[in-house]
Amino acid sequence: MSDETIRQIRSFIFENFLFDAADEDLKNDDSFLEQGVIDSTGVLELVDWLEESFGISVDDEELMPENLDSVNNLTRFIAKKLMADS
Amino acid sequence: MCGIAGYFSIASESTLGRYVLEKMIYPVTHRGPDGLGFYVGDGVGFAHARLSIVDLEGGWQPIHNEDKRLWVVFNGEIFNYIELRRELEELGHRFYTNSDTEVIVHLYEEEKEKCLDKLNGQFAIALYDSHEETLFLARDRMGIRPFFYTIHKGVFYFASEVKSLFASDKAIPREIDSSVLKEIFTFWTPCGSETVFRGIHQLEPGCCANVSCNGGIQIREYWDIPFGAAGSHNERRNANSYAEELRELLVDSVRLRLRADVPVGAYLSGGLDSSAITSLVRHYTDNPLKTFSVTFDDSVYDEQAEQAEMVRYLATDHHVEHCTYEKIGQTFPDVIWHTETPILRTAPTPLYLLSSLVQRKNYKVVLTGEGADEILGGYDIFKEAKIRAFIKRNADSHIRPLLLKRLYPYLALSPTKSAEYARKFFDTDASEDELFYAHLPRWRTTRGTEIFFSDRLKEEGRNLLEKLEEKYAGKLEGLDYFSRAQYLESKLLLGNYLLSSQGDRMAMAHSIEGRFPFLDHRVVEYACTIPPELRMKVLNEKNILKKAMVTLLPPKIVQRKKQPYMAPDILSFFGAKEADYLDFYLASRAVRDAGFFNPKAVGRLVDKCRKKSRQGFRENMAFVGILSTQIIYEKFVRNFQIDFPQRLDNIKIIS
Repeated sequence: MSDETIRQIRSFIFENFLFDAADEDLKNDDSFLEQGVIDSTGVLELVDWLEESFGISVDDEELMPENLDSVNNLTRFIAKKLMADS
Repeated sequence: MCGIAGYFSIASESTLGRYVLEKMIYPVTHRGPDGLGFYVGDGVGFAHARLSIVDLEGGWQPIHNEDKRLWVVFNGEIFNYIELRRELEELGHRFYTNSDTEVIVHLYEEEKEKCLDKLNGQFAIALYDSHEETLFLARDRMGIRPFFYTIHKGVFYFASEVKSLFASDKAIPREIDSSVLKEIFTFWTPCGSETVFRGIHQLEPGCCANVSCNGGIQIREYWDIPFGAAGSHNERRNANSYAEELRELLVDSVRLRLRADVPVGAYLSGGLDSSAITSLVRHYTDNPLKTFSVTFDDSVYDEQAEQAEMVRYLATDHHVEHCTYEKIGQTFPDVIWHTETPILRTAPTPLYLLSSLVQRKNYKVVLTGEGADEILGGYDIFKEAKIRAFIKRNADSHIRPLLLKRLYPYLALSPTKSAEYARKFFDTDASEDELFYAHLPRWRTTRGTEIFFSDRLKEEGRNLLEKLEEKYAGKLEGLDYFSRAQYLESKLLLGNYLLSSQGDRMAMAHSIEGRFPFLDHRVVEYACTIPPELRMKVLNEKNILKKAMVTLLPPKIVQRKKQPYMAPDILSFFGAKEADYLDFYLASRAVRDAGFFNPKAVGRLVDKCRKKSRQGFRENMAFVGILSTQIIYEKFVRNFQIDFPQRLDNIKIIS
């Protein structure tokens, strides 16, 4: 499940925020903010996608870097949310 | 108000003559549709396209002094020409017209380039002294009227618009300057005298120049925005006293700007600034009031309710241009023909449509509220800086970052839902002593657009911040961070973008002259004396202006939350009907041929736009920037074309 989630996340990030970057340009623990991958409005696009693709709802208080700011953080966050829902 | 063009041989024996002047002036006849005038001297030539506003019968240019030693072409207005003329007549000068233009030649005779200190106006001037064989050039203090020039094969060419320069001689190189393109994709505008076209320069606001065969071009800054050093303001004077004097100055500025031999209208956005100007016209003059507004479908951009409130309050004869997404998309390429530079926002487009409405109503002149945000402290970027500094003072507070949330409520895309993110996005750990403190977060976001650059572009150019620092560090020395932010916003955004791409170019495209009461230099100089903490009191923007206007506006307008003027960007091109030219400019081959962007990345961006999902700041700016760059490349570089008629039959020629 986790590998598949990582693949999905990476594919979403590359398609929507990195456009034509090479795969090695983003490591799974790179901070989206520090690498300039996502700006302030990009976070909300990311949330839209999470809600749509995984059927999870993201609360305002969950909008924080430790949940959303890297591929690894996102993977953990999605797993946690899906677990809580099931 | 007009278009000007001309040449001056500085190291060339060639005589260019009238035909070259006709080729130069013809592409800017939208600036002056009422008739053309020419002057051809020895190695020098002037052309003028006139929009008649003052002295309709007699004010044709070029204009000369008594002995025809001095000749001038001029685009703009000298608002205090009546007072200046009186002084000059007392000194014995004889006038042959009733125009404001003629004041310039006589005043120059008296004072040489010091004449600029006496001019209250908006102007681009070219004056030829036939005895000295020198050319004197000047541009108004804030950059309201444009002035471009280039040197080619020993000839100095100048004009109101770049297209005139390219039309003068096909051999003049037409190339995009990659390093300037990169500046635009960070600062929204070029940051110096360079334009996006290599070798084409603008005379910067507040500058004048002498051009001669021996000396080349000598440029001098004759005025700059005088924000005083931190602590130099009179702290004992109270806000009401500042407000009262501001109102008096604005009344006088408005009065001067209603001087015209044609009726003067006003733009009314529904915001504080244009409402203030319109109200001053209503309360302090007997000018009949025709007002003009844009409206949008989308409530994020629309201000109809506030406009209606003002129209009721002032009982104006009001006219509306409704801007749909499709209209903005369809018009955009024409807009870029007039901006002559890539832009990252579509916001000029509705103003292009609005000036067309004004033209259809047979008006030639409008007052606008431009400039108040810069000089009186209105922008969110100033507020943002204040909040960031406030957060830093108590870095452990979880409450203070929430202030950022209050700052951008009008955005569907709130960037500040999370305090934690807010602190990161707005870099609240930075020190306010940082030279560009207020602007760095915005520039960083904008610079994110460079992921679309081609490899060639990515590698080229120098460090942008270093260049900016070289240019402005001296100017910003000693200023507090709030004044530094205002100064930069006035120089970069106002001077190089709002007054040109969104101001002069959009209005003149339909032969409309804008006038800007907030940019009377007396108002600007006065605003700089107001202590920064009174300009924005805590987080109350334009505090002194609000106080000055409180009895002259409905409370709702004074108290309303500021809504920045914006137009839909990506949405304008991908509505119910996609703009039909997108493929022409953005197809992989077109992008590769131009060479500035990565075709694959652009293709993916277009795909993303088509999905009509939520788009961030970066994608919106990138899309509009890429499209406008491609249009500039096509229309000005690859396929520059002016359909010059065999004879200028349809145009009245005066001289």
